[in-house]
Amino acid sequence: MSALRTASKRKSAINRLSPGEAAFGIVVYGTLIFFTLACLFPFVNTLANAFSSSNAIQTGKVLLWPVEFQWDSMRMILADNSVIRALLVTVYLTAVGTALNLFFTVITAYPLSRRDLKWRGLFMKFMVITMLFSGGMIPLFLLVKSLHLLNTLWALILPGLISAFNVIIMKSFFQALPDELREASIVDGCGNIRYLVQVVLPLSGASLATIGLFYAVGHWNSYFGAVLYIDNPDLLTLQVKLRNILLLSQMDTSMEQMTMQSNFTVIQESLKAAVIVVATVPILVVYPFLQKYFVKGSLLGSVKG
Amino acid sequence: MKQAKAIRSHSSGAALKEWKKNYDLYLFLLPAVAFFVLFSYIPMGGLIVAFKDYNIFQGVWGSEWTGFENFKEMFSILEFAQITRNTLVLNLLGLLICFPAPIVLALMLNEVRAKVLKRVSQSLLYLPHFMSWIVLGGIVYAVLSPKYGIINEILRWFGMNEIYFMADKGWWIIVYTLSAVWQSAGWGTIIYLAAITAIDPSLYEAASIDGAGRIRKIFSVTLPSIMPTIVILFILAVGNMVSIGVEQPLALANAVVGDVSEVISTYVYRVGIKQGEFGLTTAVGLVQSVINLVLIVTANHFAKKAGGEGIW
Repeated sequence: MSALRTASKRKSAINRLSPGEAAFGIVVYGTLIFFTLACLFPFVNTLANAFSSSNAIQTGKVLLWPVEFQWDSMRMILADNSVIRALLVTVYLTAVGTALNLFFTVITAYPLSRRDLKWRGLFMKFMVITMLFSGGMIPLFLLVKSLHLLNTLWALILPGLISAFNVIIMKSFFQALPDELREASIVDGCGNIRYLVQVVLPLSGASLATIGLFYAVGHWNSYFGAVLYIDNPDLLTLQVKLRNILLLSQMDTSMEQMTMQSNFTVIQESLKAAVIVVATVPILVVYPFLQKYFVKGSLLGSVKG
Repeated sequence: MKQAKAIRSHSSGAALKEWKKNYDLYLFLLPAVAFFVLFSYIPMGGLIVAFKDYNIFQGVWGSEWTGFENFKEMFSILEFAQITRNTLVLNLLGLLICFPAPIVLALMLNEVRAKVLKRVSQSLLYLPHFMSWIVLGGIVYAVLSPKYGIINEILRWFGMNEIYFMADKGWWIIVYTLSAVWQSAGWGTIIYLAAITAIDPSLYEAASIDGAGRIRKIFSVTLPSIMPTIVILFILAVGNMVSIGVEQPLALANAVVGDVSEVISTYVYRVGIKQGEFGLTTAVGLVQSVINLVLIVTANHFAKKAGGEGIW
């Protein structure tokens, strides 16, 4: 009897939404939608600015879509040689850098994933210490300088070649592969290297994609390294070029322009927006893939290595 | 021959066996060893510059040893107090606001039944994480621009005056913190959501039987279950208290707000690299690294003592 009553009580409790719970629901949905839109809005606004006329931007008419549509800003940016050059440099850096990153991360993570490797604990400690303490900006700069890497792209690739954090994530992934696979391959006379190449790697697609994307986004977005180590204008990366354009016009707008220069300034607004768009589009194109693999990657990362 | 092998002690025999068995794996580790020695441990040794009056021509070894002179100088300059204060202020604000934000968002997302809204929200919240601070900074300046920015346009619409957000010290700090939330909230949300979805559903059923409403369930079931994740991320955040990335401050700073925007890392860049005061700024960096280490070890220790798990 009482069991029946409890069951029906439970059922009706689920169906009936108390006013408190209804209000709660509204708050939750409302806040989420608000934050999501707030997150998105600045991007949409910038995109709109990139294609709007100077007049429209100046009078604050541009909100979510272009007002008085124009291609000129975009065309100016895409036709500019130094921008194209920076773009190519960055593409090269991202491709080569990521490939090297992945290669070295994999060959480091694989041995560490093998429980039968006697001295792996030692190496793990050796690696984790570097995550806790570092020499800092100056000693690293002096080192790069003394290695004659200044003003080369290697200064951007080598110091970050192996990320201890990413090694740990990849190691976790390798460790999740069943031991039986390895045991079976030993029976077949398969050596360590063959096992890695022919068994582990094909099964590691998701992990390779995730870590690869981590590294690639890092390369595409990094600017401080380039600012620090490179002053050759032909070797600027896209973000540094973007920064130069933004800073230059930032100085103009903060100095309360006189009418004579106001046109120049306003066109600058649209130009700035256009450069931002150019620097961002590749990321956006890759975004759906990033999404899928990054979520997986964060899951792996949240498990203690 | 056989006797010689037998005389060799057991430990080296075992080591040799291990090497023979897995020498290729150890060779795989060699590049990483070289890498970490070169780019992590040698710069640690480079900290010795903090104790010298570094001269470019004399190099690290030739420069004169000055002991703690650099440290004394560091504490006496006005800017040091300022940059330390700025670093702590920005980091504490970040901790206060940036840390809870993804937790709250994840909890809210978890309450949403509509799968579409859930996925769309996640995707969009996550987007700023992939942008560089140059891009984000550029967007922030544009949106908050006194003449052309949308926010001020809205203010004018309400009859208020423009606010020079980026030129006002107080506002700048607020903008800095909020833009940090904008950039990082999506990332943390994914991690917390992953932890939340791992919670055993029967816990929620048991709470329902006890008459718990949705709000109560959040506090009694969800939050306690993801506490380990929260603690680990908190330890990591605390461990970064004294260091602050250089990219965000550099991208958002301008000449007017220098008093509040100059942090330890930007100072080291400006005075160290650009002005060549290597000894002094290495000393600053050393102090920073040591404090970070102490903080992270302490935080980890207390987390374990409180019964949870630490990072190691």
